[in-house]
Amino acid sequence: MALSREEVLHLADIYHIYLSDDEVELMREQLGSILEQFQVLSELETDDVAPTSHSVPLTTVMREDEPRPSYSRDQVLANAPDSFGQYFQVRTVLED
Amino acid sequence: MEPFDLTIHEARALLDTRQLSSAELTEAVLRRIAAVEPQVGAFVTVTEDVAREAAATADRSIAEGTATPLTGIPMQIKDVMSTRGIRTTCSSRILENFVPLYNATVVERLYERGPVLMGKGNMDEFAMGSSTENSAFHVTHNPWGLDRVPGGSSGGSAAAVAAGEAFFSLGSDTGGSIRQPASLCGITGIKPTYGLVSRFGLVAFASSLDQIGPLTRDVEDCATVLNAIAGHDPRDSTSIPGGRPDYTAALTGDIRGMRLGIPREYFGDGIDAPVDAAVQRAIGVLRDAGAEVEECSLPLTSYALAVYYIIAPSECSTNLARYDGVKYGYSVDDASTAWETQERTRSRGFGAEVKRRIMLGTYALSAGYYDAYYLKALKVRTLIRREFEEAFQRFDALITPTSPTVAFRIGEKTDDPVAMYKSDVLTIPVNIAGIPCISVPCGFSEGMPIGMQVMGPALGEEAVLRIAHVYQQATDWHRQRPEGLGV
Repeated sequence: MALSREEVLHLADIYHIYLSDDEVELMREQLGSILEQFQVLSELETDDVAPTSHSVPLTTVMREDEPRPSYSRDQVLANAPDSFGQYFQVRTVLED
Repeated sequence: MEPFDLTIHEARALLDTRQLSSAELTEAVLRRIAAVEPQVGAFVTVTEDVAREAAATADRSIAEGTATPLTGIPMQIKDVMSTRGIRTTCSSRILENFVPLYNATVVERLYERGPVLMGKGNMDEFAMGSSTENSAFHVTHNPWGLDRVPGGSSGGSAAAVAAGEAFFSLGSDTGGSIRQPASLCGITGIKPTYGLVSRFGLVAFASSLDQIGPLTRDVEDCATVLNAIAGHDPRDSTSIPGGRPDYTAALTGDIRGMRLGIPREYFGDGIDAPVDAAVQRAIGVLRDAGAEVEECSLPLTSYALAVYYIIAPSECSTNLARYDGVKYGYSVDDASTAWETQERTRSRGFGAEVKRRIMLGTYALSAGYYDAYYLKALKVRTLIRREFEEAFQRFDALITPTSPTVAFRIGEKTDDPVAMYKSDVLTIPVNIAGIPCISVPCGFSEGMPIGMQVMGPALGEEAVLRIAHVYQQATDWHRQRPEGLGV
């Protein structure tokens, strides 16, 4: 049940990741065989079962919105691959 | 026994009676690291200077009488937990030069108690893998057989503790990543209840499953380290509120009358005969210690693997979307647009397994497949949780093998992701249900260690530790050390 080349390229496109032709071929086969393993779940009747996203029964943990010290701009930019003055710098976003 | 082979509590006794200083102990471990690291490869970064400074501080605390159970004890931390000023790579190219601004809560809690950081542990990239072969930097070798894997993803943690390169390490366990390497390297490791230990500063893989826990040389050490790291943390919204018990107090040595369930789905088919036999013998030891043992059934066990390999990649695909080559981490310099930067950065920054899981998760979450895969998996998760809850109405704990086989050979499963995923089949159900589980050594086959799991109900760490401790009092598997390293 290999995926089609188009399906793999579509997923890569959604995620914004580039895959080489060899990687696309490998993904077609490997994702297909992994997805086949998931078919077993269809044996279980789950229409009336609520989903569990999370095993601790905690909901909407909130705290007071109090001002606290934060990191300096220099600290925050220290790990940035590219910065310009006080800003993160990126390549062109919109082309003309 | 060499000083680097002692347990934490044995070293503590020597430190407190001044037969050994932390500086001496730290130097002994640094020499051990220098000797065995070329063979084992358990570290991404060795923090020699940090270690020497911490040892000096520890010796002052000991002299002043302010030592804690961990003061002056050499430790390692898996390279998925943030350490301020010390690079934290997740064994990924994309974070190869990333230096965090803050400490993970667990690191902060440990630092307050004075252990000595020797360095950061190698791992499968972003904790995705079962053999540590997915590290972008190097493979880690099993100290018991250098041509074998140490397990994963906390393979560097388990190998370091087994090889005498640290007295304990912190690992993270999403589908078995503490217990399986602990089993394969012949040491003790616990995955606590989801929410017991703060995950603030743990680089996220699958947020509804990830949990931090200790890898140690015995159960007593495991309880000691768990005492240090467990606690509520307002910075982690999944952290369970309230206090935590003293886990060392749970080690009473008495399991008479405790009810142990033996789920038959964890034995037999697919489990290597020597592993099955070793765990059966271990169950006999627990029975002799006064536990009531009864076979039981968890029929949904075989579905957990599929549930996991839908949920974990789905969560990973959303968590790893933060690596965009802008705010931190690796970024390509040959792109002409912002989108191209992102596409190429991920292409070159992530390894094959991470890409595979990102793609799998994107598929399971994408329009048209969400209900069939992701939602279905969350519903089956509910069923698996219920099945465990029902079992724990009858039993105080469940006993199973940790891994279906002993450590496999390096390279044996790297071309077959499905075969690699199946090596997690016995550890995954626990993460799906969020319950605690410890792995302790219970024998050898082909000269390689075998591990046994003790699973408990949510927040049942004390029972789990007590049972595992009684087992270690009656056996000496945990006292074995690999021989011939560093020569």
